[in-house]
Amino acid sequence: MGRVLLPIALVAGVVFAPVCTRAQHPLSLKSVSVDLPPGADMFPNGPGADAVNNNCLACHSADMVLNQPALSKAQWQAQVNLMRTAYKAPIDTKDVDAILDYLVSIKGGK
Amino acid sequence: MEKVFPSGFRSSRRHFLRGAGAATLALSPAPAFADAMTKLPLPGGPDERPITTAFPQKGAVILQRTRPPLLETPFEVFDQSVLTPNDRFFVRWHWAVIPTAVNVDTFRLTVHGHVNQTLSLSLNDILALPRVELVAINQCSGNSRGYFQPRVPGGEWSHGAMGNARWTGVRLKDVLDRAGVKAGAIQVRFNGMDEPVVPDAPDFMKSLEIDHARDGEVMLAYAMNGAQMPLLNGFPLRLIVPGWYADYWVKMLNDIEVLDQPDTNYWTTTAYRIPDTPHANVRPGETGVKFVPISRMVPRSFITNIKEGDTLQVGASTLARGIAFGGDSGVSRVDFSSDDGKSWHDAALGTDEGKYSFRQWQHRFTPPAKGAQVLKVRCTNSGGEAQPDMPNWNPSGFMRNVIERTAVVVA
Repeated sequence: MGRVLLPIALVAGVVFAPVCTRAQHPLSLKSVSVDLPPGADMFPNGPGADAVNNNCLACHSADMVLNQPALSKAQWQAQVNLMRTAYKAPIDTKDVDAILDYLVSIKGGK
Repeated sequence: MEKVFPSGFRSSRRHFLRGAGAATLALSPAPAFADAMTKLPLPGGPDERPITTAFPQKGAVILQRTRPPLLETPFEVFDQSVLTPNDRFFVRWHWAVIPTAVNVDTFRLTVHGHVNQTLSLSLNDILALPRVELVAINQCSGNSRGYFQPRVPGGEWSHGAMGNARWTGVRLKDVLDRAGVKAGAIQVRFNGMDEPVVPDAPDFMKSLEIDHARDGEVMLAYAMNGAQMPLLNGFPLRLIVPGWYADYWVKMLNDIEVLDQPDTNYWTTTAYRIPDTPHANVRPGETGVKFVPISRMVPRSFITNIKEGDTLQVGASTLARGIAFGGDSGVSRVDFSSDDGKSWHDAALGTDEGKYSFRQWQHRFTPPAKGAQVLKVRCTNSGGEAQPDMPNWNPSGFMRNVIERTAVVVA
């Protein structure tokens, strides 16, 4: 997965123009294999944390939520609805209220 | 403060930069720290983010979200060169199922739909097509979302969800011509190898109008800044849509479908939409507004060598410098103000790397009196469009391009 430098001539030899310019030199690409950080941290403890951990972390890490600004309950409700309807998060209906209460408790607005 | 751009500021810099594009990458800084924190001055917070070096082919970047990755370019990087180094270039993925390996021998790009012949192209097939290069800015629609007031949910970016690179690849037009677009084609849809975790969730796809797709500027890139593209930036192929927001720049592109009907997929019809108003601006809570897909970028500019809260010396000749871009056209002029916009001064422009590129600017000024002061910079693009005085607002936090302010103390 080493970075492959193209020949300097490739970048040095073309005539400048604001649109695409041609450059023909040998070039090879290398297969790459990487590891991504798992992002498996749990949400901070609190009432409803289990519901949030069980329903939210499959699709995204907790930091996405923890970096959000304070939002009103209506805004959090809209986000939970977005996750369920648009992004098909299989959130158990009985968990929705617990998730919402948790989000408001850690990131509630006025 | 007195030094000029590390990469120089002479118009004769062109050849130096072209060679340096690759060299910068090889030498790009990768601090050893992994747990440092940085502060993004987002109104109301939270304003702390980790600086991480934990991502493959990436140096020190701001961690906005671990999975799927949202990685922001630290702002000081924009002061160091007109091209954003690959290992500091921002990263944004929608879905968490991201292939972690790419085999360049077995990868295939499929071109199908309303075409004369379906193609299955290897990377060698693509490398055999005419190679083109273009410097272009890749900017997230929601870059600077964290500065919207009232705040809106989403990736809470500062100004680093953007980057400028020299992209190397092939013209999309050449690929489409090889398949032979049939009469009646109206759009082209692009799909990458990433997938939703939940099977029935909408796979990430974007579409362009057929004439746009065949304009000879839209590219499929495999390299950036003279090096193989990092996997997280979309290797082995990324769609390059010059002048348009990054949601169109589909990563790990492996499927191109020519359509004879309008694309109705979620990411085209429902997501990434803005108010059809000047500056995509609405009042919070405003209803009855028509929404349209976000598309062309708008002008922006930034001071990169003076930070909010810095102290300047009264009576001292002071250099301000930074970057500007026109959006979907070039930079016509950049104006600098050291008195909160009361007076404006024409800044000197750096080398023109093309109309889709960052353009460096600089201006020397002398703070006349002690006290609090606000520095501003304003870009006007070659279409005559200037950055507005007032910030826009919309529910998704898209398309910020207000004249940014940098509050300083003159002492």
